Amino acid sequence: MRFSKSWPKWVMLAILVIGILLPVLAGLGETTWAAFGILPALGKYSFSLTAWQHLFQLPGLTTSLRLTLVSGFLSTAVALILALFGCAWLHGRSTKHSVLSKLKPFTAPFLVPILAAPHAAVAIGLAFLLAPSGWLARLFSPWLTAWQLPPDWATVQDLWGLSLALGLIIKELPFLWLISLVALKQINVSRQLSLSQSMGYSYASSWYKIIFPQLYPLIRLPVLVVLVYSLSTVDMAQILGPNNPPTLALATMRWFNDANVAMLLPASAAALSLGMLMVVSVFLWEMSIKLIMVITKALTRSGSRGRPWKLATKVLSTALSACLILGLLSLAVLAIWSLTWRWSFPDALPASWSYAYWQNLVTNWPLALLHSITLALGSSALAVVLSVAWLEVQDRYGGHLYRLTFWFIYLPLLVPQIAFLYGLKIGFLRIGLNGGMGAVMWAHLLFVLPYVMLSLVDSWRALDKRYVQVAESLGTSSWGCFWRIKLSLLLQPLLLAWAIGMAVSISQYLPTLMIGAGKIESLTTEAISLASGADRRLVGVYGLLQALVPMLAYGLALLLPRLITLKMRDNHMRELS
Amino acid sequence: MASTLNYLPPTRLVTMLSILTLGLLSQLSHADQWQQTLDQAAGDTVYWHAWGGDTRTNDFITWAGVQTAALYDVKVKQVKLSSTSEAVTQVLAEKAAGQNTQGAVDMIWINGANFLAMKQQQLLHGPFVAQLPNAKYLDLSPTSSATVDFTEAVDGLEVPWRLARFVFIVDSDRVKNPPLSMAHMLTWAKQNPGRLTHPVVSNFMGTTFLKQALIELTPDPNVLQQPATQESFASASAPLWQWYDAIKPYLWRQGQSFPENETIQQQMLSDGAIDIAMAFDPAAAAAGIASGLLPPSARVFVPSQGSLGNVSFVAIPYNASHIAAAKVVANFLLQPETQAHMQNIDVLGSFSVLDTSKISHQHTMAFSALPTSEALPTLAELGPTLLEPHASWTTQLKQEWSKRYSQ
Repeated sequence: MRFSKSWPKWVMLAILVIGILLPVLAGLGETTWAAFGILPALGKYSFSLTAWQHLFQLPGLTTSLRLTLVSGFLSTAVALILALFGCAWLHGRSTKHSVLSKLKPFTAPFLVPILAAPHAAVAIGLAFLLAPSGWLARLFSPWLTAWQLPPDWATVQDLWGLSLALGLIIKELPFLWLISLVALKQINVSRQLSLSQSMGYSYASSWYKIIFPQLYPLIRLPVLVVLVYSLSTVDMAQILGPNNPPTLALATMRWFNDANVAMLLPASAAALSLGMLMVVSVFLWEMSIKLIMVITKALTRSGSRGRPWKLATKVLSTALSACLILGLLSLAVLAIWSLTWRWSFPDALPASWSYAYWQNLVTNWPLALLHSITLALGSSALAVVLSVAWLEVQDRYGGHLYRLTFWFIYLPLLVPQIAFLYGLKIGFLRIGLNGGMGAVMWAHLLFVLPYVMLSLVDSWRALDKRYVQVAESLGTSSWGCFWRIKLSLLLQPLLLAWAIGMAVSISQYLPTLMIGAGKIESLTTEAISLASGADRRLVGVYGLLQALVPMLAYGLALLLPRLITLKMRDNHMRELS
Repeated sequence: MASTLNYLPPTRLVTMLSILTLGLLSQLSHADQWQQTLDQAAGDTVYWHAWGGDTRTNDFITWAGVQTAALYDVKVKQVKLSSTSEAVTQVLAEKAAGQNTQGAVDMIWINGANFLAMKQQQLLHGPFVAQLPNAKYLDLSPTSSATVDFTEAVDGLEVPWRLARFVFIVDSDRVKNPPLSMAHMLTWAKQNPGRLTHPVVSNFMGTTFLKQALIELTPDPNVLQQPATQESFASASAPLWQWYDAIKPYLWRQGQSFPENETIQQQMLSDGAIDIAMAFDPAAAAAGIASGLLPPSARVFVPSQGSLGNVSFVAIPYNASHIAAAKVVANFLLQPETQAHMQNIDVLGSFSVLDTSKISHQHTMAFSALPTSEALPTLAELGPTLLEPHASWTTQLKQEWSKRYSQ
C-alpha cells in the first residue's frame, strides 16, 4: 500500500541509480583498483601499495600540494568577496554620477562573455596580457620602457601560483556574482536595508551583518563548486601556473598521459589523493565559514552600527573593476589574435592581418558545432529535468535514501576526469555502448548534472513554502503548485542552471573524445587538439566560437524571465482595467 | 602462341613453363593477397588517431584521405588527439572490457615509448609490414631506422611514414652565431642569460633535449644503446648533471619554470622572450614562417656532431575494425609519390623514409624537383643522425632530473 502510493519516489531512485550511480561507481572503481595495484589490462592482478609509495616519493609533491591549496583557496575566497561586494555595489544608489555607476544596468551583459568563454581561452588571453612579452608590455614598449626585447620577469607562471589564482578569480567572479544576484531575488533586500539603515547601520554594515548571512546559505553549494574546480583545474594551471613542479591536478594529468603505461598506477593513486584533498578542503572551507558566521553574529549582537568602510570600499571596487577589465581585455585580445597573421614584440597591434582561420573554419565547423549543440541541449535538458524531478519528489515524499544519492551525484567533480573516464569507458563497453551520441550525452550528463543541481538546489529549498501552502489551501493540486508556483517563481534560477549546464557540456573534451571513441568531433575536441595551447590565432577563433553557444544560453536565461514577467504584468493590468 | 611453342625443344619448354608458372604463382599469390586486402578495404573508413597539434599534418592527412578514397574507395578520418597516450588508453580500455574485435581505433601515429608500451601489452596487429607492396622501397635490414624504433625492434608491427630530426630554431636576426655544441651552449647562455630554456622534462621534447646533451657529453655514447643499469647511468650521466648545474642559473627564469611543450616554446621565440627553440622536424622553421607562427628570419641549426633522429610510424591495434583498410592507407603513405608530396616544403617538409637506392630514377627526379626554402636545411646540412638511446635511459633521465631540480 505504502509502496504503491510513493511509486514515483522509487522510479526516480531507480533512474538515479542506473543513470548516475552505477556509471559513477564504474568510473571510480577502476581507478581505485588501479591505485591498489590491480589493473588486469596490464596483467596486474595482486593488491599492492607500491603505487602509493611511488607517489609519495615523487620529488616536489609538497610544493605541488602547496600550490594547489594556495591557488584554490585564495581564488575562491577573493572571488566570493568580490562577488558579494559586487552585489552590494550594484544595489547601492551612488550620489556621484560616475561613469561606473552609469554602467550598473549593463553589468550582466559584461559578465556573460567571461562566464561563457572556455577557461583555457580566458587563461591564454590573460597570459598574453600579463606576460613580459604580452600586450600591456607591448603597449608601453619601447617608447616608455625602452625594451626591444621583453625582460625575464615572472608576471605569469610565478612560483607561488598567484597568477593562476588571478586567472581563476577573473573567471569565477562572474559565475558567483550572477548566482548571487539571482539568489538575492529571494531576499527582500531593499526593505531590510532601509530598515537597518533607519536604525543607524551604515550601508556596508547592513550588507555585512544582515544581507550576507542570509545570502550565503543560498550560494553555498555554488561556492563549493568553485572551490573544487579551482583545486582541480588543468586547463588554467597549464597556462598560468608554475610547472616545476606543477599543481597536483596537472601533475596527475601528466602521469596519466605518460607514454609508460605503468604510470597509470601511481597516476590513479594521485587521482584518489586529489579527490581526498578536495574533500578535506571542502571541510576546511565550511569550518572557516562557520567561524566567520560566529564572529559576524557576535559583532551583530554587539550592536555597533559600523563605519562606512571607506577604505575597504575603495580597495574592493578597484579590485572588482580590475578583474572585470582584465577579463574583458583577455577576450578582446583573443578576438584580435583571431584576425592576426603576425604580431611581434613590441608592436602594439598586429603587423599583418588575416581572416584565414575564420575562413578555414567555415569548411570545418558545421558538423562540430551541430554535435556540440546537440550534446549540450540534450545533456543540459536532461540534467534540469532530473534535478527538478529529484527535488520535487523529495518535497513530496522526503526520504533519507536521497541524501546518499545527493552525494554520489557530486563524485564526478571530485576525481580528475581522466581517472574517471577510463573506468566509465570500460563500463560502457561492457554493456555494449561503443561510442555514439547517446553514450557521449550520457557521459556529459554525469558532469553536467552536478553543476545544474548545485546551482539550483539552494534556490529551490529557499523558496518560501507559504506560497505553496496558500495555493494548496485554495484547492490547487500538487501538480498545479509545481507548475504554477514553483516553476514560475524559480524560472530565473532554473534557466540559469540550464545555461550553466550548456556551458559545462560545451567545454567537455575528454568525455567526448574517450566515450565517443574519437568519432564524435565537437568544437572543443577540435579546439583542444589543434591548439595545444600554442597558436593564439586558433585559440581566438575557437574560443570565441565555443563562447557563442553558452553566451546565447546565458542571454536567454537573463532576458526570458524579464520578458515573461512583463508579459504577465501586462495581462494582469488588462484584466484589471 | 601455339606456333612459337612448336619450335621450342620439349625439355626447354617444360623448364620455361614451370619457371613461368612458379614465378607467376608466387607473384600472383602475393598480388592476390593484396587484391584481397583491397577488396576487403573498399568502402571502409579508417579512423586514424593522430596528434592534432600541427595544422599542416592535419591537412596532409586530409589530403591522403582524399587520395585513398579516389584510388581505393577507402576514406580516412583523423581523430585529432592532444596526446598519443589517449589512443593507447582507448585500446587498453577496450581490452579490459573484453572487446577484442570491432575496436574504435584503426590506426595510430606512434613511436618510441608509446610503441613499446603497446608492443609489450600485445595491443598491436601484425606483423604486417611485409604484406604491403610498397615495403619494397624500404630498407628492412635489421639495423635500419625503419626496423628499429628507439632501440626496440619493430618486428613488422608498424610502418614508417615520416622522418623526424631534432633541430634547434633561432631567429637569425638576433642570433648570428648559434651554439653548435652543448659546451658552446653553456658559454652562450652565460653571455645571454635568460634567453635559453627547454620544454618541461615530463614532455617528450624536454627529454629529447636532455638526451641530445647526454649523447654529446657522455664519454662513451655506445653505452646508451644498452639498457641503463644503476652503475652505467650514474657514470654515463655524471657529465650531464655537471653541465646542467652550470647552465641552470642562466636559463630563462633561472631554470625554475619551463614552457609546457615545444609549441609554446616556439611561441616564446616568436614573442622574443627567448632566442632558441626546439623541434623534432627539420622543416619546423620553414613551416612556422609559412604559417606566420615564426618570423621570416627563423632558421634551424643542428649541433655539429649531429642530432637525434627517429622515425614516425603508423601501427594498427590488434582489435581494429578496419584492418585491411588501415593497411591500404599505410601502403599509400609509402608510395614514392606520396613521400615526395610530403617532403614538399609547402606541404609538410618531412624527409622521406624510403631507401633512395630502391626507388626508380623517375621518382628520384620527383624528389629533386621539389621547391626549396632558405629555412629548410638539406639532408647534407642536417649532418649525421644520432641514435635514440634505449628507452630505459629516458625513464631514468626524467627521474634523476626531477630529483635534482624539481622541489
